[in-house]
Amino acid sequence: MSDGTAADGSTHALVRLEPLVLIAVGGFVGAVLRHAVALALPATPLPWGTLAANVAGSFALGVLLYEAHLADALSPETRLVLGTGFLSSFTTYSTFAVETAGLDPQLLVANVAANYALGFAAVLAGRFVARVIS
Amino acid sequence: MVSPALLVGVGGVLGALSRHLLGERIDIRTADTLAVNVCGSFVLGLLVAVPVADSLLLLFGTGFCGAFTTFSTFAFETVRLYETGERRRAVATAVLNLTGALGAVALGSVVAGLL
Repeated sequence: MSDGTAADGSTHALVRLEPLVLIAVGGFVGAVLRHAVALALPATPLPWGTLAANVAGSFALGVLLYEAHLADALSPETRLVLGTGFLSSFTTYSTFAVETAGLDPQLLVANVAANYALGFAAVLAGRFVARVIS
Repeated sequence: MVSPALLVGVGGVLGALSRHLLGERIDIRTADTLAVNVCGSFVLGLLVAVPVADSLLLLFGTGFCGAFTTFSTFAFETVRLYETGERRRAVATAVLNLTGALGAVALGSVVAGLL
């Protein structure tokens, strides 16, 4: 059956596994791309790679999920692979925290301000784009 | 020698799956996102403070911890809280993630020093 429910009402094991496979694929691609961005951009004076990944990922999540009616148009599978898998893995708080902790006070403040201000603005920009295209 | 990208990718799979299986969701409940961000920051703070092979740092640090923690979900939830009128909770979320994660990194390096 198309919804994965067998004739006896039980859910097929492969269907229960499917969300995990989608998240795994998204998680793999997200982490590899984040690493590639970090290698491609300079790490001084600010860790630009993490900033770029966090801002771009926040923008994309804003496009993907902010507008409920648009989010409803996406299948749960799409939201899992892109949101929970790819974008949550592409962006990172722990690397941001470790890199920030290693900076001099002035750069520390600048890095926090940049990630927070641009990250929040990116969510709003993403929502704006979602409204325009939907 | 396993390629760095493969190590990071496999770590990313484990990090994303762990985050999901522990119940973290993208919504306006923010305690789950705070918890993964603080815990992941502690582990990464510990990892970078102990002498480990580069391959382990790529697998567990860049891959696992990087993917386990999330900035996009944090930013999304914080903005949505603020816009739905829950401004105090939005500010608290922003402050707690930052202080919690930075504190966890510091604690991780202290623990690393004891090992």
